[in-house]
Amino acid sequence: MSNDELKKAILDILVTDAKRSVDDIAAMLQQPKKKIKELIEKMEQDKTILTYKAVINRAKFDSDRTTCLIEVQCSPQRGVGFDAIAERIYKFPEVRSLYLMSGGCDLMLLIEGETMRDVAFFVAEKLATLDHVKSTTTHFLLKRYKEDGFILTGQTNPSRLAITP
Amino acid sequence: MKDFRAELIKTIPPSGIRAFFDLVIGMKDVVSLGVGEPDFVTPWHICESAIFSIEKGMTSYTSNLGLLELRHAIADYLLRMFSVKYDPKQELIITVGASEAMDIAFRAVLNPGDEVIILEPSYVAYAPLVTLAGGVPVNISLIHGDELVVDFEKIESKITNKTKAIFINYPNNPTGKSFRKDELVRFALLAEKHDLLVVSDEIYGELTYDYDHICFSSLPGMKERTILISGFSKAFAMTGWRIGYAAAPHDVIEAMMKIHQYAMLCAPISGQIAAIAALERGNKDVKAMKKEYKRRRNIIVEGFNKLNLYCANPEGAFYVFPSIKRLPFSSEEFCIKLLNEEKVAVVPGTAFGSTGEGFIRCAYAASIENIKEALRRIKDFLQRHDAL
Repeated sequence: MSNDELKKAILDILVTDAKRSVDDIAAMLQQPKKKIKELIEKMEQDKTILTYKAVINRAKFDSDRTTCLIEVQCSPQRGVGFDAIAERIYKFPEVRSLYLMSGGCDLMLLIEGETMRDVAFFVAEKLATLDHVKSTTTHFLLKRYKEDGFILTGQTNPSRLAITP
Repeated sequence: MKDFRAELIKTIPPSGIRAFFDLVIGMKDVVSLGVGEPDFVTPWHICESAIFSIEKGMTSYTSNLGLLELRHAIADYLLRMFSVKYDPKQELIITVGASEAMDIAFRAVLNPGDEVIILEPSYVAYAPLVTLAGGVPVNISLIHGDELVVDFEKIESKITNKTKAIFINYPNNPTGKSFRKDELVRFALLAEKHDLLVVSDEIYGELTYDYDHICFSSLPGMKERTILISGFSKAFAMTGWRIGYAAAPHDVIEAMMKIHQYAMLCAPISGQIAAIAALERGNKDVKAMKKEYKRRRNIIVEGFNKLNLYCANPEGAFYVFPSIKRLPFSSEEFCIKLLNEEKVAVVPGTAFGSTGEGFIRCAYAASIENIKEALRRIKDFLQRHDAL
């Protein structure tokens, strides 16, 4: 297995479970631990791996955090397209994710705020007032059914017999 | 009152797995490596196809041979994956799981007293099905010390004028062993030399990890003397749908169909529709599950060898067959003690034939967390018995 193939295999494991240990990954891929450790460190240094985070079910604890998706229509600028306006927007800490889109809008933002008021303030005072932003459409997230591949709505694993042939 | 049971059925021992299942049932906090089925749920697009068909009122019988569309899909799949060409109208039959395919295959070809060579350790059903069909199973052990080795001279020495067929299953339940081309060619030479039928159960064929699976009937001259048995349970995580199939020469399929039409009529239509969806769009699901099984295999093999319970690296399926010969227990004693003391369920090797003594079957169709927890408990067990 080449180093590039091995990196992909490591990432494939870590995106599903960031807590998986070097020992486990080495065993799973039948590779020396030292090599796995070095490649992970290399990917951390070159920012292939940005961070390790938990996928959580917010419904399990009392949280007023508000999340919304915002469609933004804006005017591209000569020479930089949408990059300059995108840069202005993604620097706001409320913006968790920002994507350039095809279809009915130009940019799509994922915003998180402590309260709905925070989000409303951000949209009205910061986002909509930016030069080149023509319009915004805000969609508040009401319920999460699935997050990063995990079903959140109390679905349990079907039981299997303990012993089968 | 008379004993109404047939004499034949009295000669067949109950499954060793069944006896062990009775011990496990009702116990709490058991970590089970005893489950011979995928721990994945059937991919949703496959389920959804079946649900849609039910909504459309597709709840009828199908042709005895199974939906022609499914037989076409299987023929395309066998050609694409294993380079073997079957006529979907004449050489394929859809059955209720691979188990039914095996049953009707033996019943279709065996005359009373015909012998069938079976390599042990083997899946629990093979020998009883041969007996029920009037045949005589001739078991040949693959065990050489702690290794699994095919002794072709020994097989040939067991061939008599009553031998009708050789039965092979690869990758194998319970050992995970598969066969490479050189071994398959030697089976082919034996079959040709002694004019034998080969019944080849390849239900785990897709779950071969270190090299490509070779379909036995794809070997030159073998399609005419092979009953290929497979199904959707393992690779597509569809155990409960009960859809299997057999591919064989037309006259054999016709003979199998005679039994199937009277005993079963047809396989359930919803399962057949789900199987079509599996073949049309399930390739990426199989790849993803296969990747995960391979990682688990690597973890469990390393784990057992670290515990000094020798475990060969199985080439396929989702089983390992570690040796416990260095312990002062029989396979059954080991499994019962392990269950009672550590609440880890594994299956005694003897459930798969007497040659399985000294081994246990562990399925890695379980999460990595469960595999690691089971290994941790087995380590505690070995330490308590001064075996580590």
